[in-house]
Amino acid sequence: MNKMMSALLALAISLPAFAEMVNTNEIGGLESLRKEEVSVEPQAEYMKKDQEGSAMGREFVDMPPLIPHSVDRYQVDKNANSCLRCHSMKNADKWGATKIAVSHYKNREGQQLADVAPNRYFCLTCHVPQKDAKPLKENTFEPVESLKKH
Amino acid sequence: MNKVLLLAKQLWQFLRRPSAKLSVGLILVVGFVSAFILHGTYSATMKYTSTLEFCSSCHTNDVVPEYQESVHFSNASGVQADCASCHLPKEFLPKMTRKIQASREVFAHFTGKVDTPEKFEAHRREMAEREWARMEANDSQECRNCHTQESMELSEQSLLAVKNHTAAEKNGETCIQCHKGIAHKLPDMTGVPGWE
Repeated sequence: MNKMMSALLALAISLPAFAEMVNTNEIGGLESLRKEEVSVEPQAEYMKKDQEGSAMGREFVDMPPLIPHSVDRYQVDKNANSCLRCHSMKNADKWGATKIAVSHYKNREGQQLADVAPNRYFCLTCHVPQKDAKPLKENTFEPVESLKKH
Repeated sequence: MNKVLLLAKQLWQFLRRPSAKLSVGLILVVGFVSAFILHGTYSATMKYTSTLEFCSSCHTNDVVPEYQESVHFSNASGVQADCASCHLPKEFLPKMTRKIQASREVFAHFTGKVDTPEKFEAHRREMAEREWARMEANDSQECRNCHTQESMELSEQSLLAVKNHTAAEKNGETCIQCHKGIAHKLPDMTGVPGWE
């Protein structure tokens, strides 16, 4: 009888846990950007096209400006930097391209260098081609104009 | 030495002598058949040694994968330019010249000059320079086989492209001067004009 009682008691205590196990979905009941279950392979989104032409504005203070053209197959490595070919201080005038900022000629110690600083060399780390893509999460970033209000 | 000369003289005389036994018909038939076979072999060899498959048999670990990432391999319109389209002239004499030069590359392949990625990288600049020089010398003929200045619709191009293509034509500049590394990775571009 005693054994029967403790077995029932154990069952009663563990029931909520069992219930949770049954109810919980694969992502542990959390809200995630990935809407589908882990085991489901959702339909891939179509590739977003690069928006060539006029440059989109900056969405927050100090935002690296977006690239208003495609950079498909651009080579940026030890051998060559396809971006600097047009955007370096030296070449920008010839190609009518936007010059890279003077800040990019300073290394992390603030020393002025004659060439692009090594830590600024990989342009595509910060600058990306502009696409018609909506933010996945809401955010509170605001363009520089918002500073005037305060 | 005299014997050799004598033998050569005899052979020459034999060749000059009109055939007494063979019929003209047989000579003609043998001539036609062998011409047919030789020409067939020649064009088949030319064709096969200009295919992507043949080039890939040595270059499968260096320039071919790079080309396969490029717009000349796959693009929206589905028109493909293969190795020979850019690297082999279409005209007979330049084509034969290039084919003979390529025998050097076969030698280099068997002696393992660039048989590792590191070795290839070490020679990339000199190989690229050779190809740039060849294309500068023939006014980028292989580009122009498909991309002619006359059929370029400038109004469809970006303003920057219009400006620079017009200026290039006026200044007698050629495609390869600006369009380097369009199908392969660039070598170390230090000191190349326009890349400083």
